[in-house]
Amino acid sequence: MDIPDARPRRQLPLHWLGILPFTAFAVLFLIWPTMHIVAGAFRTPQGDFTLQNIANLWTPSIIASYWISIRISFASALLGCVIGFAIAAAVTLGGLPRGIRGPLLTFSGVASNFAGVPLAFAFLATLGRLGLVTVLLREWFGVNIYAMGFNLLSFFGLTLTYLFFQIPLMILIITPALDGLKKDWREAASILGATGAQYWRIVAFPILWPALLGTFALLFANAFGAVATAYALTGSSLSIVPILLFAQIRGDVLQDPHLGYALAFGMILVTGIANLIYVILRARSERWMQ
Amino acid sequence: MRMQRVWAWVALAFGLVYFFLPLIGTVEFSLRMRRGEYSLDAYRVVLSDPRFQQTFSYSVVMALCTIVVGVLIVVPTAYWVRLRLPRLRPIVEFVTLLPLVIPPIVIVFGYIRMYNTSSFLPLTGSATGTNFLLMMGYTTLALPYMYRAVDTGLRAIDIRTLTEAAQSLGAGWFTIMARVIMPNVLVAILSGAFLTFAIVIGEFVLAALLNRPAFGPYLQLVGANRAYEPAALAVIAFSITWICMGLIQLVTRFSRHTQARR
Repeated sequence: MDIPDARPRRQLPLHWLGILPFTAFAVLFLIWPTMHIVAGAFRTPQGDFTLQNIANLWTPSIIASYWISIRISFASALLGCVIGFAIAAAVTLGGLPRGIRGPLLTFSGVASNFAGVPLAFAFLATLGRLGLVTVLLREWFGVNIYAMGFNLLSFFGLTLTYLFFQIPLMILIITPALDGLKKDWREAASILGATGAQYWRIVAFPILWPALLGTFALLFANAFGAVATAYALTGSSLSIVPILLFAQIRGDVLQDPHLGYALAFGMILVTGIANLIYVILRARSERWMQ
Repeated sequence: MRMQRVWAWVALAFGLVYFFLPLIGTVEFSLRMRRGEYSLDAYRVVLSDPRFQQTFSYSVVMALCTIVVGVLIVVPTAYWVRLRLPRLRPIVEFVTLLPLVIPPIVIVFGYIRMYNTSSFLPLTGSATGTNFLLMMGYTTLALPYMYRAVDTGLRAIDIRTLTEAAQSLGAGWFTIMARVIMPNVLVAILSGAFLTFAIVIGEFVLAALLNRPAFGPYLQLVGANRAYEPAALAVIAFSITWICMGLIQLVTRFSRHTQARR
């Protein structure tokens, strides 16, 4: 294809012109703005290098908002993984009718994209003080969940709401991995006398482990960066990191623009690490999924 | 084996309850506006609200512009990288996945600080400039989905042979792009486009922070001030997502038929 000496040399750089529009776009609207924030996190208002902004993050209120963000992301990722896995396993391996699989995957595609403000509305209409489930539980069973301490605008409520896009994302990612479990392995295990539980514990889980943990990291990052659902659900009453940052960008509530940069940098750091774990573990899990 | 099937049904039933209760609850709530009976009043109020119409059409136009810009950036790049710069593929792919790693709120924070009125490119100084910035932000958000869809589409066709065939017939790069490559990956482009549409139409953070009159901030505003209208809006938004996903399935199925005939 390429005959190196037959072409004049000055043609070589023209190859690179082809990705110039993309590079310009990525630099101007993705990389540079992000770098600007990261650099700002390490700078004084005068432009000198400093670690003070990062150190300033260690105030009780900011630490508390990172902590609650991490707890919500962790809980919704963990539950999303467990429940999503159970549903995906039920459909791929559990002997359910074949016809369920297609609609389930389509629905998962829809639901995993149904985040944001409308999702908050849906849960308010269902589990809010006048929501369908709240009212029915009270009228049919005499159970007042709000009197029992339930509140949609809380850690538990937000976790429950996030599951609506976390579980479908898990189903979408893990179904191909479950399909990759070969029937031979199961048959080999049962010929050697393994019970169902032993097969899962000794054969299937070790193979699926990287995929599960990797998807967990992805779901964690997914929940950690979500703003719209939480904002529409709780306003600013639940101070998770993205909402704090939102308020900071709007009105400098921290009264220190560079602390805002540091806050954003912390978010990049958390989602970056989570995604790195996902990428590494995914590469490991693909070894078995040929 | 029977035990396993029981558990499978239990898991599925749990999923059905969890996913359908909020949908049923939303629909039911949206019909409750008139006291004592079900009515479509909430929908009537929402649909006749001039601000609904304004913000909705603003977001539709925004989504269409985002799709056009996204296609113009992604298709030539994915094509060129596959054809001439295969060694750059991991890097380009990595960059296209970055919007999934960096939270959107951080990206828009960067925009606001970088393109403010005292910067080298004061985009946020005018409405047109901010609209442009918002569109570029949406293109960034859609980049991972668009690039993946198009790149998968390109993998299925032999771009090298197609390109050489077109070149030997005298086609220039523009003709190759517009009349050979684009039609061949049309299904992939459409899949990416519908997903982009579903993402952009209800997007909240970018529009709110750039202060543009889009559908997402309108939804939030109604949610903060009204009781029944938000449920009606949620039903509308969910239907739009369904339609987009349905269209993706439809074009993919359509393409399978055309491939089978070859």
